[in-house]
Amino acid sequence: MSTLRKSSTVRVLAQTISLFVWSTVMGWASEPKGLSSPGTNIFAPASTPAKSIADLSIFVLVITGIIFVVVFTLLAYSVVKFRARAGDVGREPAQVYGSTQIELAWTIIPILIVVVMFLATARVIHAIQDAPELEGAVEVTAIGHQFWWEFRYPKLGIVTANELHIPVSEPNHPTPTFLQLLSADTDHSFWVPELAGKTDLIPNHPNRMWMDPQRTGVFLGQCAQYCGTQHAKMLLRVSVDAPGDFAAWVRSQQGLAVEDQGAAAGKRVFESNACMNCHTVAGTVADGRFGPDLTHLMSRSTIAAGAANNTHDNLRLWIQDPSRIKPGSLMPAMQLSDPDLDAVVHYMETLH
Amino acid sequence: MSSNAITIPDTETQARPWVDELHLWVTTVDHKRLGILYILSALLFLAIGGVEALIIRVQLMRSHNDFVSPEVFNRMFTMHGTTMIFFVAMPILFGFANYLVPLMIGARDMAFPRLNAFSFWLSFLGALLLYFSFIGGSGLYGAGSAPDVGWWAYAPLGARAFSPGHSSDYWTLSLLVSGFGSIGTAINIIATILCLRCPGMKMSRMPLLAWLNLVMAGMVLLAITPLSAAQIMLLIDRYLGGHFFDTQAGGSAVLWMHFFWIFGHPEVYVLIIPCFAFMSEIIPVFSRKPIFGYPVMVAATVCIAFVSMSVWAHHMFTVGMNSYANSFFTLTTMAVGVPTGIKIFNWIGTMWGGRIQFKTPMLFSIGFLFQFLIAGLTGIMMAASPFDWQLSLSYFVVAHFHYVIVGGILFALFGAFYYWYPKMTGRMLSERLGKWHFWLFLIGFHMTFDVMHIPGILGMPRRIYTYEPGRGWDTLNFIVTIGAFIQAVAILVFLANLVISYFKGARAGNDPWDAWTLEWSISSPPPAYNFAIVPTVASRRPLWDLKHPEDPDSRYE
Repeated sequence: MSTLRKSSTVRVLAQTISLFVWSTVMGWASEPKGLSSPGTNIFAPASTPAKSIADLSIFVLVITGIIFVVVFTLLAYSVVKFRARAGDVGREPAQVYGSTQIELAWTIIPILIVVVMFLATARVIHAIQDAPELEGAVEVTAIGHQFWWEFRYPKLGIVTANELHIPVSEPNHPTPTFLQLLSADTDHSFWVPELAGKTDLIPNHPNRMWMDPQRTGVFLGQCAQYCGTQHAKMLLRVSVDAPGDFAAWVRSQQGLAVEDQGAAAGKRVFESNACMNCHTVAGTVADGRFGPDLTHLMSRSTIAAGAANNTHDNLRLWIQDPSRIKPGSLMPAMQLSDPDLDAVVHYMETLH
Repeated sequence: MSSNAITIPDTETQARPWVDELHLWVTTVDHKRLGILYILSALLFLAIGGVEALIIRVQLMRSHNDFVSPEVFNRMFTMHGTTMIFFVAMPILFGFANYLVPLMIGARDMAFPRLNAFSFWLSFLGALLLYFSFIGGSGLYGAGSAPDVGWWAYAPLGARAFSPGHSSDYWTLSLLVSGFGSIGTAINIIATILCLRCPGMKMSRMPLLAWLNLVMAGMVLLAITPLSAAQIMLLIDRYLGGHFFDTQAGGSAVLWMHFFWIFGHPEVYVLIIPCFAFMSEIIPVFSRKPIFGYPVMVAATVCIAFVSMSVWAHHMFTVGMNSYANSFFTLTTMAVGVPTGIKIFNWIGTMWGGRIQFKTPMLFSIGFLFQFLIAGLTGIMMAASPFDWQLSLSYFVVAHFHYVIVGGILFALFGAFYYWYPKMTGRMLSERLGKWHFWLFLIGFHMTFDVMHIPGILGMPRRIYTYEPGRGWDTLNFIVTIGAFIQAVAILVFLANLVISYFKGARAGNDPWDAWTLEWSISSPPPAYNFAIVPTVASRRPLWDLKHPEDPDSRYE
């Protein structure tokens, strides 16, 4: 009987919690949003690390939920039951000083709960952190900068920024992605909630994380460790591609910059100003490393680390005065004349 | 016993020119006056830190809001955090400790009255240094003034390369100076409790408030010293060419994190243990029963103190420690929940079978128990390090620690204000305004901090001055902001109550709550040097023995 009651309590709690989780998801879903706007809900995992974290989280939520209900009931009961009543004035209740048995009970039971939760947690820690790197895994070096992301694929010879492309990992043909995390300046943290927990990028302290997305699509995230003035607009997009799409993307990124004679004027402006000191356009003399690689700028859907869509107007505004989009960004306003500005924007728009 | 204690003719209440009065307050070495100075300065900074919080909340009310610039926003959350921890929570708790510990152990003052005054003025100077940065500092590139590196000032953000100008120097000096003040006060509290207890008051007969403040002071010594050391190292880095934390020259950012959190986590307990102390005095009196399991409460506190010294790196689960370190800190962090749970059970045990009077101090105490329970449980969630890899650095964490600091510490402090204000001023605080204060603050608190957990679960990081629309964060943040303003109104009611009751409150008399500890045996406010005749005690509740000679506690202990 008591087992039955207990298991039904657990069920009710599990239902309550899933209801809570579900309602937060729905709360997110009912917000006005663009058609393809993906979420950042930690309870909507799409990758093994995020999934095992979410499962552990539900387990911990159920246990803490039970503790809450028990202790809250005791508290509420004693507040209601033992309140002073009208006839009590001047009369003191029985003076009780303690009880060893009761103290032992509420010491030992919590210790047992801690042991259980610790063991469950330690399993997940080990499974995620000590996972061996598979043959054929994609390797990416992510480097945090104030206030953007650099992604380098050492095996594939690709350098890109802010938008990470990785292949979907199919169960029968797993292709997880392993990230090495570095920082060029201050601390940052890589957080795409639906793919994995966050890991910091710390100078002189290389870190590692991995993910194996189970479905294609764009996953959002952003820098989670305060890194300076524009920490808020250091956004992350991870595009999880079908194997064919990923291969095509890799091929397109491996090439040098497209030479477009129509944009020669803009190229000249770019290379005769400070632009080239910070930005690389592969195949040209521009080989700066301080800012994002622009070789295939037009293959990205956003600029300024996700702060604006990659449109003609935004690009122009960004080059003219970055602080209009991202005050505190380290890119200076180049003070270009209107013709020069148009020429550079045109040049940028040829970098597919 | 002190039943026949003579009240010393109260020379201080005679009208004196205000300049003399001011001079007296500035030069005082009396523990009661210093306690009140601590509390008043903390209330001043509570108001300032509160305004900073409101600025943060207005900015985050909706996505892409432009109420303040990112630079100002970053300064606000840095100043808010630093102010509330170092110049509100710590001083106000030191203030109560200063005021209450000598009274409750039957002493005439603290062990080192001049060190006491020195410590207070150091801590106040620290606060002034921090706020002078608004005028004298200049922050991150393009950021103007006041520190904006977050209240942890993670390396290398605090290095000169990333924090030019002097704002971080004011931050460092401020914490260094006030840290010495805290160490002085801690030494003083320890010496007072160990050496100045009245005859008959064995360690095992001390009020729990004294016990818990003893433990707190011990923790201050262990926690503040690494912080001070780190601040000195940072100054060496910034001005003497050191490379402790300068990552560009091979220094270690992670070292700073260890230094900061080996201070930072015990600090949480430094703040919460005195609040446990308030609860352990208030709950028994309004339940009309002695504290349940006194020895266990002491043991649990000492246990918390020890275990909490080994949990610091749970602030660093995302830093990339190996799986063994993560497991270790998961275990210790979960383990600290056991003695903490024992304390909650013992408070409920105290209420169990009692006759609970719902005066304002007790209302806040019950609020404390409820909120501290939830704060503890969300703490357990984040102790599970994988869960923390998601929750850490998100608004869930912000909600969690505000649950501890506001829902726990501030509620306990309000309870303490309503309970001991009559002793400090001789006047009762208005119960009517008190109930308004309680209910408004409770509603505002839950509106703000319950809701704040959800954006964290939905992926909203902390310390962002703006966010993208369409993430599901807008409505939630709007509700949070409304709640913050309701709390602000409640605080205004509280401040009004403090002022109005000072002039118009009902006379308190010596013992308005029919309580049991020594401070209620003397006049309100107590005379200089407290006890004309040093009392002698025979149990933990000397006034109970006095009021119930037929059934004294001393018979059972």
